Amino acid sequence: MNSLKRRRLSRMWRTNVVFFATTMGIGLLLPAFGLAETEDKEILNVSYDVSREFYKDYNAAFVKYWREKTGQRVVVKQSHGGSSAQARAVLGGLEADVVTMNQESDIAVLSEKGKLVREDWRLRFPHRSVPSTSTIVFLVRKGNPKHIRDWDDLAKPGIAIVMPNPKTSGNGRYSFLAAWGQVLKRGGTDREARDFIRRFVQNVPVFDTGGRGATTTFAQREIGDALLTFENEVSLIQKELGADRFDVVYPSVSVLTETPVAVVDAVVDKRGTRTIAEAYLEYLYSDEGQELAAKHHYRPSLARIADKYAARFPASTLWSVDDLLGGWKQAINTHFADGGTFDQVYDEIARQRK
Amino acid sequence: MPADIALRAKGTTWKVSLTTEHPLVRWGFIALALGYLTLFLFIPLVAVFAEALKNGLSGYVVSFMDEDALAAIRLTLLAASLAVPLNTAFGIAIAWAVSKFEFVGKQVLITIIDIPLAVSPVIAGLIYVLLFGLQGWLGPWLSEHDIKIIFALPGIVLATLFVTVPFVARELIPFMQSQGREEEEAAITLGASGWQTFIRVTLPNIKWSLLYGVILCNARAMGEFGAVSVVSGHIRGLTNTMPLHVEILYNEYNAVAAFAVASLLTLLAIVTLAAKSIVEHKYVSVEAAEEPLKTH
Repeated sequence: MNSLKRRRLSRMWRTNVVFFATTMGIGLLLPAFGLAETEDKEILNVSYDVSREFYKDYNAAFVKYWREKTGQRVVVKQSHGGSSAQARAVLGGLEADVVTMNQESDIAVLSEKGKLVREDWRLRFPHRSVPSTSTIVFLVRKGNPKHIRDWDDLAKPGIAIVMPNPKTSGNGRYSFLAAWGQVLKRGGTDREARDFIRRFVQNVPVFDTGGRGATTTFAQREIGDALLTFENEVSLIQKELGADRFDVVYPSVSVLTETPVAVVDAVVDKRGTRTIAEAYLEYLYSDEGQELAAKHHYRPSLARIADKYAARFPASTLWSVDDLLGGWKQAINTHFADGGTFDQVYDEIARQRK
Repeated sequence: MPADIALRAKGTTWKVSLTTEHPLVRWGFIALALGYLTLFLFIPLVAVFAEALKNGLSGYVVSFMDEDALAAIRLTLLAASLAVPLNTAFGIAIAWAVSKFEFVGKQVLITIIDIPLAVSPVIAGLIYVLLFGLQGWLGPWLSEHDIKIIFALPGIVLATLFVTVPFVARELIPFMQSQGREEEEAAITLGASGWQTFIRVTLPNIKWSLLYGVILCNARAMGEFGAVSVVSGHIRGLTNTMPLHVEILYNEYNAVAAFAVASLLTLLAIVTLAAKSIVEHKYVSVEAAEEPLKTH
């Protein structure tokens, strides 16, 4: 072996090692700078998918309020995802100080399965721990070319509905229940509701996994004639993707969608953040919190603020899952559990198509 | 390899084609391959940068001024800087063991290394949730001792480790096996210790192959989505890596920022590829230079 060459090669090798080590060293040091600036108190709000814009504003307001009130600096971290997936993450150990979900069942599971939230959580904040509500509406193409005015129009042949999968998405569950419940609310029977839902599901070409996925399908990929989604999400779509491209249709009756909140007792007791966590959720009911909710097109729970923004929220008959369908537990067992009405209807349609 | 060969005899030249296909067929295939690459690779790549620069350079730069974006970049670098050296050390150790020694269960070991390539990354993430989650096997104990694994940095590093285990080892094993162990045996005979043999004989021999493995490993570590997504908890500014941050930005209708961060990942990939081909080039030329010397 040529010794000169070998030496040169080994020098090159050494240079490489040094280079590699330096790069890795920089990689290790970089985050250290970030860690140096730790804040006084930190809480984590684990929330559902489409609440991010609201909580971005709300957190800034709360941090300011808390600082003025107590002089303490607080940082609110956010985590967003599908409501049920988020609940599962908290069950799995994601240390949320507060959870803000879009249906009761996703907090109930934390209380029942994980014993992380006290059983009486619904009674611990005003309005059964629901600071704001919304409803399911239809978003249609500009000028409403398919003349979709109410639920019955959605079930007509030749209409394509876009909505997320009720198995994986709270948004999808509300949409499905809205379609089912409107039959009952208008005096129909369970049998008629099932008949309607079959024609309705038949018109859904694909189920997206989450709310935002369905929005993308409808708005950006331009698939379907109607998107079923939350009223607050509709205003955001119009703002972000063009108000002149879509019309909003308020059906004659629809479901009242609730966004319940809870303190995760097990976590706040361990981390010593109970005071802040409770104040954080209480502030949702303050005038400022309610105004922010209205600004993001959530219907405020406080009558005073709701009246102020009444023009923004067209009146339609809203019914709640608790009143009409016997609560979430029953609704989930009947409709979304394996072999529930959703599965039954879906299988029937699949067989028919074959 | 030239497809045509010129034959010369008695002053006349015949051009003989070694391929029997009509030139049209050949060009057709080349055009097809190029078209395919353009459609599925080149255009999307360009689109990433075009979207990222839609609001001009300032819009692009602003995307990185966001604290959460910076945190995501830092976290990705940190996770890779932990996972890559660990897997490099592990890869060398296992390749060394497999190629230089004989033992029972060697084939099983080689097969096990490949598991992360065969298993969906989402499953990898779920395994860790099952193990370390609050409802999992070790969860209650960890929680009692206030040790955070999933939904924190350790979980993200573990998930990254899992999916990048095979890269260095897979690269080294066939190479080291083909090299045999004569050189090491010679070194030992001449009185070198095990460590000396490794540092002065084995390591210089495998360096290019090793670097190649490290580069691939790093590329995967930075780009991993599925496994990390499951164990991340998606806390902004804390447990979101770059790929996860891209998804978040996209879902927030913030396409420019999403594509800006995506373009950074793409740039990392391109740099990686460039580094890879340089290493490959070196690797081949060193091989070629050393080959004649060995046969003496």
